[in-house]
Amino acid sequence: METSEQVAIAQVRAGYTEAFRVLVERHSRGLFRLAWRMTGNRQDAEDVVQETFLRAYRQLRRFDGRASFGTWLHRIAANRALDLVRARKLREAHRPRADEEESDPLAGLPGGEPGPERLAMSGEVQRKLAEAMDRLSADERAAFVLRHFEGVSSEDIGRALGVHPVTARQAVFRAVQKLRRSLEPLMGTGI
Amino acid sequence: MSHLSEEQLVWHYYGEAEDAAGADEHLARCPECRQAYAALQRVLNLVDGAPAPGLGESYGREVWERLRPALPKRRRWLPLEFPRGWAVVVATAALVALAFVAGRYSHRQEPIAQGGPPSQQVRDRVLLVAVGDHLERSQMVLAELVNTRPRAVVDISPERQIASDLVGENRLYRQTAAFSGETALASLLEELEPLLLEIARGPSRLTAIELERFRRRVESEGMLFKIRVVGSNVREREKDKEL
Repeated sequence: METSEQVAIAQVRAGYTEAFRVLVERHSRGLFRLAWRMTGNRQDAEDVVQETFLRAYRQLRRFDGRASFGTWLHRIAANRALDLVRARKLREAHRPRADEEESDPLAGLPGGEPGPERLAMSGEVQRKLAEAMDRLSADERAAFVLRHFEGVSSEDIGRALGVHPVTARQAVFRAVQKLRRSLEPLMGTGI
Repeated sequence: MSHLSEEQLVWHYYGEAEDAAGADEHLARCPECRQAYAALQRVLNLVDGAPAPGLGESYGREVWERLRPALPKRRRWLPLEFPRGWAVVVATAALVALAFVAGRYSHRQEPIAQGGPPSQQVRDRVLLVAVGDHLERSQMVLAELVNTRPRAVVDISPERQIASDLVGENRLYRQTAAFSGETALASLLEELEPLLLEIARGPSRLTAIELERFRRRVESEGMLFKIRVVGSNVREREKDKEL
């Protein structure tokens, strides 16, 4: 952990709220990326970031410094995003079929002007990828995002999500299998 | 020859294979597994290329602006820019202490005039606020360590950092209190100093035994209780000066 981060944490713990700004500005982007990949939705990701920092502020005394502050924050965010996706899946499961047809398959992708990375990937692939990610269960998606994008070990994924490492490994593996089934047909299309 | 399973290939890709060297060796001599691994790599590399939403340069600041109203407004005790801010705090404390001592030993009656120098009452109150804050922060640091129950080794770097700041401040307030005949306060600050020094100059990582030893020392000296009593007395006097 960087010294400025340690100092900021010590200052917040001692009652200087303004020092929390250093931590917020340093970790906002990383948390947003994680939350967006887990929820597939910009507004949900924004909410996760906000709630993560609020929770971290309130629980700062519990932060023991064994993991880095960033890892601790990511763990909080992953759990919050997981709760959100689980709740959403539950709502969707109870929704009448007619509603499903109205759902936008691109809803999981960010709106606004496409960035260079987005342009680099064809619309068809983006759509398939978003659909494939949406087909994962909340736990599979969370475990996969943490393993694939965040580089978290399966043991730490288990710790972060409160499950046995073997369960975390199984979730990652199932997610990879599902993604392969959805995306492999595209590989022969020259995309 | 038995091939690598899909699961083995996945964990090899993520660097968590149980036998990475064995898997590498197998891949080197098995074209079928090499092909399966390449197919897996292609899919996962495609996932890697998934676009992430663009965020403006000011994203962190925007998050802070949204978050700020939701955070409790607690007492400010250090400016954000730490080294420069700390110098300001020390300098301010020294000035306040000097003003306090000078006021105590000056028998001249000062007329209370608008726009003139601060009255003795104001100076006393400023010092009381500063000492009250100092005691509160010291109590927080000690309480944090006393209430920690580590299983193995615990990193006390944050507390160490605060304690090293508090040491200089403590010395200043102790001398001022002794000078001005505040014996109870001076005596408490004198007892507090070695504890702060022990934290500030000790190791940044303590074993459970070391922490337990420190906890017993703080408890045997009744330091947290004393700080609470004197601190509450200081806060009461601070309120009186306000009236």
